[in-house]
Amino acid sequence: MAPAAAAAVAAHATGMSLKIVPSLGKSEFVGTHVAQSAASAARVVPRANLSARAGGYEEELRQTAKTIASTGRGILAMDESNATCGKRLASIGLENTEANRQAYRQLLVTAPGLGQYISGAILFEETLYQSTLDGKPFVNVLQDQNIVPGIKVDKGLVPLAGSNDESWCQGLDGLSTRCAEYYKQGARFAKWRTVISIPNGPSQLAVTEAAWGLARYAAVAQDNGLVPIVEPEILLDGEHTIDRTLEVAEHVWATVFKYLAENNVMFEGILLKPSMVTPGAEAKERATPEEVAEYTLKLLRRRVPPSVPGIMFLSGGQSEVEATLNLNAMNQSPNPWHVSFSYARALQNSVLKMWGGEPANADAAQKALVYRAKLNSLAQQGKYEGEGETGAQESLFVKGYTY
Amino acid sequence: MAHVGKYADELIATAKKIATPGRGILAADESTGTIGKRLASINVENVESNRRALRELLFTAPGALEYISGVIFFEETLYQKAADGKPFVDVLGDADVVPGIKVDTGVAILAGTDGETTTQGHDGLGARCANYYQAGARFAKWRAVLKISDGCPSPLAIQANAEGLARYASICQENGLVPIVEPEILIDGPHDIEKSAAVTEKVLAAVYKSLSDHHVLLEGTLLKPNMVTPGSDAPKVAPEVVAKYTVRTLQRTVPPAVPGIMFLSGGQSEEEATLNLNAMNALDTKKPWTLSFSYGRALQASTLKAWGGKVENVEAAQKAFLTRAKGNGEATLGKYTGAPAAEGASESLHVKDYKY
Repeated sequence: MAPAAAAAVAAHATGMSLKIVPSLGKSEFVGTHVAQSAASAARVVPRANLSARAGGYEEELRQTAKTIASTGRGILAMDESNATCGKRLASIGLENTEANRQAYRQLLVTAPGLGQYISGAILFEETLYQSTLDGKPFVNVLQDQNIVPGIKVDKGLVPLAGSNDESWCQGLDGLSTRCAEYYKQGARFAKWRTVISIPNGPSQLAVTEAAWGLARYAAVAQDNGLVPIVEPEILLDGEHTIDRTLEVAEHVWATVFKYLAENNVMFEGILLKPSMVTPGAEAKERATPEEVAEYTLKLLRRRVPPSVPGIMFLSGGQSEVEATLNLNAMNQSPNPWHVSFSYARALQNSVLKMWGGEPANADAAQKALVYRAKLNSLAQQGKYEGEGETGAQESLFVKGYTY
Repeated sequence: MAHVGKYADELIATAKKIATPGRGILAADESTGTIGKRLASINVENVESNRRALRELLFTAPGALEYISGVIFFEETLYQKAADGKPFVDVLGDADVVPGIKVDTGVAILAGTDGETTTQGHDGLGARCANYYQAGARFAKWRAVLKISDGCPSPLAIQANAEGLARYASICQENGLVPIVEPEILIDGPHDIEKSAAVTEKVLAAVYKSLSDHHVLLEGTLLKPNMVTPGSDAPKVAPEVVAKYTVRTLQRTVPPAVPGIMFLSGGQSEEEATLNLNAMNALDTKKPWTLSFSYGRALQASTLKAWGGKVENVEAAQKAFLTRAKGNGEATLGKYTGAPAAEGASESLHVKDYKY
């Protein structure tokens, strides 16, 4: 076993974060007049293993990413902040209490057979530390279900000063410490969501900030053993055409990949969570699933290096059926990366309604979740036939949606 | 975003055609000065008739063009004819080989760096490309050069060369020529293969960012990178190792929209260049682009030796060329089993601090 991997294994065994720091040699320092004195030479940490990156977690990150990106499976995004979860609960007449949030999340993670179609579940911090009513930690429930636990690590969107009324994502302060804690608790991947607004530009400032923040987060996450999901969501809001969406998406992703490279992020150990390339929600011309697939695959082929193992699309307000149909259209022929889903609303909407907060409905609600997951699993393999789904057609788009 | 101009469909089709598995590019675009060195090495005078004769030898070698999808010309050669009066572009056209043209005008030193360079040739490039298109060329090539040493390549050198390549690529596409994007990182140096991989990753990342910024249509381009190998002064490694590191580097940097990656040989011997390419194609891993060759020295070295400038040696020389072309064609399919030894096939073609 390579030294880096062996050290990583030893670190896990002892619970310590033992890191092999792959230091950059002097040849990579800025400028041409780099000091050559013996003193400064001593301060440079000798390279232990040139191929060691990502804080020594290289092999584990590869494995985790590969596991999440397994055939026929995708991610259940259930990391709604307390405020957002409150909106969900309110929509079915429930109060936003910790007990209700716990009950709802328990319903989701204990759904029998969920692990056949779901490879990872993104949790909010509160949920990562919660347990079932019997006292079994949610992370253990998920692990037993063969589902990798993940954790939302960003601290939300705030106004970006100097921009055209755009937002930026906070969360870098103390991120390394938090990631290490989450890893200890059992999380193995992380997620950070920033947004780009087409009606507001986007300005170059907003794009640069979004991409750089994602790159910094990704490097820190990998350094602490968490596979970073890289999510620059290009919001659906707006009247823009699908061509305009493609134009913005190409620019955003080029910038993201450039900054990821500059931050020495290991691409084999990341996952992407892009928005599909569609017209804006208020655009006059709609697009068929085949058109969405054509444009989205064009974007991916032009921007995503094959070393990235998986692309897990967000649903961003599409109806449950739309999200499944579009994913299916993208998987009609082999792709150089796993093309799958990381859905929240598009997996939970019907489930929530069916549950309505009633324990008697829990069984049926869980079945609905697994059913929806199964349909998306089929879509991931390009085998979805499009059942007669009524409520699932409901658009989940909310104008000016704040997560 | 990618600019879809009036030549878009043609560019995409041409790039795809050049990247057909089983075939690759013959780089025959040595400048007059450089071809002079080649001719001198076999005691042949550097006059136009000899330059023409050498190229005719290559383009009419029986069976060889089956393995060649494109030929890069130097400007003089684009307008030359075979002995029977047939223009070279037509000789190639008859064999379904796409003619290409070198369009850069050489390198210039970047002040304030440790001898690093940027590549020149943007002035009037649009008009020149349009003329070359008229003359039958359908792809172009521009060579940027970087080197590895303490402090090199510097961020400036990487940025300047990436931008230069992107600007060139954009102008080519506007004028109907598929741009071959060539960011060569010289093999010179004592560095190990890990260092080569790290530098190549950084350079290619910068190149593709610039191509994106300049709205270049990736489906209508080809990449001509160096393989990832140890430096010329470092111990050699097996072809399988070169293959592993090279393909890993490309997987991390080259979007699948690029139809073909046509490696430069950069001083490797003929046999090395073929073995390394073969090993890459034999690898069981994600390779959504064609992996092929764009060789100059590594296709012509033994041919030149066999020719020696003598008419009576043409047949033997053409056989030597066929051997290399066929071997490399097989290598693009991972099916190369090793060629019979030809004089000079294993000879290193490395020239320290090589000036093209």
